[in-house]
Amino acid sequence: MKSRKSAWKNIRRSPYQALAAILIMTLTFLAVSFFTFLLVGSSQIINYFESKPQVTAFFKNEAAQEDINTLENKLSDTGRVSAIKFVSKEDALKIYKEQNKNDPLLLELVTADVLPASFEISAVKIEDLAPISDTLKKSSIVSDVIYQKDVVSTLTAWTNAIRKIGIALIILLSFVSIFVMATIIGMKISQKKEDIEIMKLIGATSWYIRWPFIMEGVFYGTIGAVIGWTISTGTLLYATPFLESFLKGIPVLPVPYVNLLILLGLEIVLAVFLGIASSFVAVLRYLK
Amino acid sequence: MIKLDKVSKKFGTGVFGLSDVSLVVDRGEFIFLVGPTGSGKTTILKLLIRDILPTEGSVVVSDFDVVNIKKNNLPILRKKIGVIFQDLKLLFDRTVLENVSLPLEVAGKKPEEAIKLVDDVLEQVGLLDHKDKFPVQLSGGELQRVAIARALILSPEIILADEPTGNLDNDTSWEIVNILTDINKKGTTIIMATHNEDVIKTLGKRVVHIEKGKIVKDEKGHSSFKASEGQVKKDSKKHKEEDKKEKDEVS
Repeated sequence: MKSRKSAWKNIRRSPYQALAAILIMTLTFLAVSFFTFLLVGSSQIINYFESKPQVTAFFKNEAAQEDINTLENKLSDTGRVSAIKFVSKEDALKIYKEQNKNDPLLLELVTADVLPASFEISAVKIEDLAPISDTLKKSSIVSDVIYQKDVVSTLTAWTNAIRKIGIALIILLSFVSIFVMATIIGMKISQKKEDIEIMKLIGATSWYIRWPFIMEGVFYGTIGAVIGWTISTGTLLYATPFLESFLKGIPVLPVPYVNLLILLGLEIVLAVFLGIASSFVAVLRYLK
Repeated sequence: MIKLDKVSKKFGTGVFGLSDVSLVVDRGEFIFLVGPTGSGKTTILKLLIRDILPTEGSVVVSDFDVVNIKKNNLPILRKKIGVIFQDLKLLFDRTVLENVSLPLEVAGKKPEEAIKLVDDVLEQVGLLDHKDKFPVQLSGGELQRVAIARALILSPEIILADEPTGNLDNDTSWEIVNILTDINKKGTTIIMATHNEDVIKTLGKRVVHIEKGKIVKDEKGHSSFKASEGQVKKDSKKHKEEDKKEKDEVS
């Protein structure tokens, strides 16, 4: 209680130092939040592509139901396929209508006849995509084969790059914030050197003297984390409608509130850790 | 209670602050450390609270071996000793009340308990009306009494007073000395470094003379002090009244 009070007094009496400490922490947690969004989002997109029907085979108009059934059996027998879904011309039209329900002009132009029937095939593993696609291409009733292997590998490459940059940036910013905060807290310790000496002579334990400074570090960290999280989450929520239309059909957004709160919780834990770490650096350096 | 055995202190500059000093102070004693400036009085007091370490010899205070005391025990030892520092060492951004309650805070006393104790002690030193003032608003004598109150608040076994009357006028000095003798009567050991011949002679307590870092004379107290004690008290009462009158006139 007492140490919280003196920590608060320290903060109030040097607002610019407090502001600097909070800003550097805010910056760190902005980076943490944004990169978390990017990483979680992109891995969800990858998962989506990996789990969704990965090969789509469009049938020629003249394809007979019998041939289609034979092809389905043939594919199932390879053991590489986890699911096959037949999409008839009518189903295709439904999907088309759903995707373009806001654009009446596009809807008018299209009838079921124009759209091909298709197979949506999920592979067991992503490596199975190539052989499945080969089998389909050989079939005489198939007009076209599309599969997202390239999409996935491009995305994976991007995600890896984002992850590396993100982790490097977060580590760098964490160090910067630890040192900036340690310097600020160190300055405060130096300012209070006389008080500290008096308290020691009166019989204060080292921890009695250290606690307010450690609390101060934790305070800066926590406030920085909350501000950083608020800004980034606000931005994400604001951008959600736009991003949703951009990521048409990929169920990444909106991010559930629970997940955002979990992120906040984790960031606060990290903030407390950074606060304690930097106060400790300062305390060990300036309070012997 | 307090024992310095063949203690020497050599400072970084090569100068000996103390050389081969041995001193025993019993529980409940009141002793004066007397000597010119730089003779080593403050050095002795600093050794007792382990503000500095001796170069040689041993220091024992309240059964603690001060030289080899464990880090965890140092705060315990220091809480047993109330110190009135020569430069007072008050915190100027805190009120009288906060300064005096600092040792209680440090000792982890509850605020409700602390308020009662602080009031008692401030009453004892006659500062109850000033408890919400800041040190800059007080006179020299009042500041000295704040320092005494802070030294008293934990009811220490020992009080070390480093020239507590150093820059005070005669009347105020006597008030301070009276407070200290009162405390001593309740069983607290008091070691007071001073130049004030008047006080030393009147009280008739044990006087340890120090010169150039050595004890040159250790005079046991004599009985004359009891006779003078009444006089001292009366004087102090009179002074207080005068003080009050003066303040009333000012205000």
